Amino acid sequence: MHAAFVMPTIIKQKLHEPALPDLRNLGTILRVLLIVNLGALVLAYARQPNQLAVFDEFIDVAAVVEPYLLLVLAVLWAVGPWLARQPFASGAILIGALTVAAGVAVFAFVQSLVPQPPGTLARWLTFGLGAAAGLLFYFHLRAKALSPAIAEARLQALQARIRPHFLFNSINAVLSLVRSEPKRAEAALQNMAELFRVLMRDNRDLAPLADEVELCRQYLELEQLRLGSRLLVDWNVKSMPADALVPPLVLQPLLENAVYHGIEPESTPGTVSINLFLARGEVHAILKNPYRANGGRHHSGNKMALANVRERLALHFDAEANLASRVTRDGYEVHIRIPYRTAGPTGAPDPQAMTPAVERRAVPREGRNNKALRAAPAALPSRAVRAALPSLAKLETVHG
Amino acid sequence: MVNGALRILLVDDEMPARRRLRDLLDDCCAMVPLAVIGEAQHGREALDILQNAAADLVLTDIHMPDMDGIELARHLLKLSNPPVVIFTTAFHEHAVQAFEVNAIDYLMKPVRVQRLLNALQKVPRLKPVTAEKLGSLPATARRFLSVTERSRVVLVPLNEIIYLKAELKYITIRTAQREFLLEESLTKLESEFGSRFLRVHRNCLVSREAIRGFERRVNGDGDAHWEVLLNNIPETLAVSRRQQFVVRDVGRVAVA
Repeated sequence: MHAAFVMPTIIKQKLHEPALPDLRNLGTILRVLLIVNLGALVLAYARQPNQLAVFDEFIDVAAVVEPYLLLVLAVLWAVGPWLARQPFASGAILIGALTVAAGVAVFAFVQSLVPQPPGTLARWLTFGLGAAAGLLFYFHLRAKALSPAIAEARLQALQARIRPHFLFNSINAVLSLVRSEPKRAEAALQNMAELFRVLMRDNRDLAPLADEVELCRQYLELEQLRLGSRLLVDWNVKSMPADALVPPLVLQPLLENAVYHGIEPESTPGTVSINLFLARGEVHAILKNPYRANGGRHHSGNKMALANVRERLALHFDAEANLASRVTRDGYEVHIRIPYRTAGPTGAPDPQAMTPAVERRAVPREGRNNKALRAAPAALPSRAVRAALPSLAKLETVHG
Repeated sequence: MVNGALRILLVDDEMPARRRLRDLLDDCCAMVPLAVIGEAQHGREALDILQNAAADLVLTDIHMPDMDGIELARHLLKLSNPPVVIFTTAFHEHAVQAFEVNAIDYLMKPVRVQRLLNALQKVPRLKPVTAEKLGSLPATARRFLSVTERSRVVLVPLNEIIYLKAELKYITIRTAQREFLLEESLTKLESEFGSRFLRVHRNCLVSREAIRGFERRVNGDGDAHWEVLLNNIPETLAVSRRQQFVVRDVGRVAVA
């Protein structure tokens, strides 16, 4: 639970400042490709109103647009992380300059191949700069549309993620232990405190997978207190990448679903299984629970938690993460894929990996806190880690 | 009430919740004479216990596997001396509003001892809640129908029912093994269980799962009608002229 404690509060104030999109994100790149090509198609249509000839015209335009576009994207991909650290205005100007330079270069290249390239350099540059400005504006609008969702996610945390039903049943279960087994009651209350601490804090930054797994264990212990032997848990986490950065509360709501829909409606014991592993640079999480399509009385609520997790995955990773759910022969299965990102071997995290795409630029310094914490040996008492925190937090404020 | 002590059955699928109620009832003992006659994990187990032991009060959770609290209350009404039911629930769900509207007693979990005591003290004045009121709660469809036979309540699982046929005052429930007589309205059953049953006649609902096919029959006068062929039993059921469209809808016409 270490990195979780260092949430720089200064991020929030910068939430609505414009920021560059994540230039290495598959979703960003796909959107750019699609929009620019649509623009080229519109252009072709404007130049050649004859319906049949539009396609030929488009091919002509594309012969220029595609190499131009790919060159710009490749350069942006290369300088993306660096560019992300620049203020928005200089970032935008740099992108504009790059667009002009690439336009001139590609035009010269095409001119050397064919004597009469389509269009003039001025037209190319107008198209390129127009597309760049339009795209930046589009990504800004998109970020603005998505960012309130992040802020709101916090407010909705209790409503959407923990069912009140779970809270009151758990309190009731703890009450039942107070007289006869005070030690277990203590442990249960501590689990509840941890769980609600995470639920109520600012959860916009990625956290290590190991923290999420710990949280899930605490949650399932509470459920086991209530449900006793009806709830069996099968953990397959030996080969999980503990350092992978994932959105906090990405698994817990899904486990809550699994218990609510798979275990509670049955009087016979059922198993919730959690399988976490790394494959081809992606973190996979497969959660399974028994499910009887017709037998259960619970139906609502399931889609809400799935949509919530799916939305947060999209905010953090756009098209690179994925959540799929299906009803199998013997139950229900959720499969999550998340790109494997860590705080880095040196401890300096890729700032892109640490924060949602929409606000990345505002928190380049967050890594330092992580570095300090990560450098602490695992066996270090947590008190020592906590003692180090206030000074780190102060440092953060000064720099921010 | 025997010996003046209130006989109580506790029903909850969570053991800690039952233990908590027991602790609280212990605390109430001094003020209200009472005896806990047993504990059950769900409605069906509670009914089993009450076949052999009488209770004045059933404290039951609402959400439980196998049979929930509301369904339990409906089946309890078939007992010759039905107990008073007070529901316990962990969360102010929509159901609770309906409880208020129908003046059905419930306690919120975690239960406060004073509220429990108040509830216990008024039990002798309470009457069991009527089936109409219970039926108006936004509960899910029952999993069992219950009939009284020789003063015992017999549960018929819904998925074993082949057809329901109205005859004079009663409805005949047909399962693969035998028939039961039920005192309910076919229209209400149809609306409660919706798509599970298919109405083939004014007086008959057939389980969709039990339909093997349809057969065209011509009687002596040359009038033709459809008959439903059933799984597991050799009987057939007539499809009325008004309901003929179901044959096409179900779309499994057996070649006669």
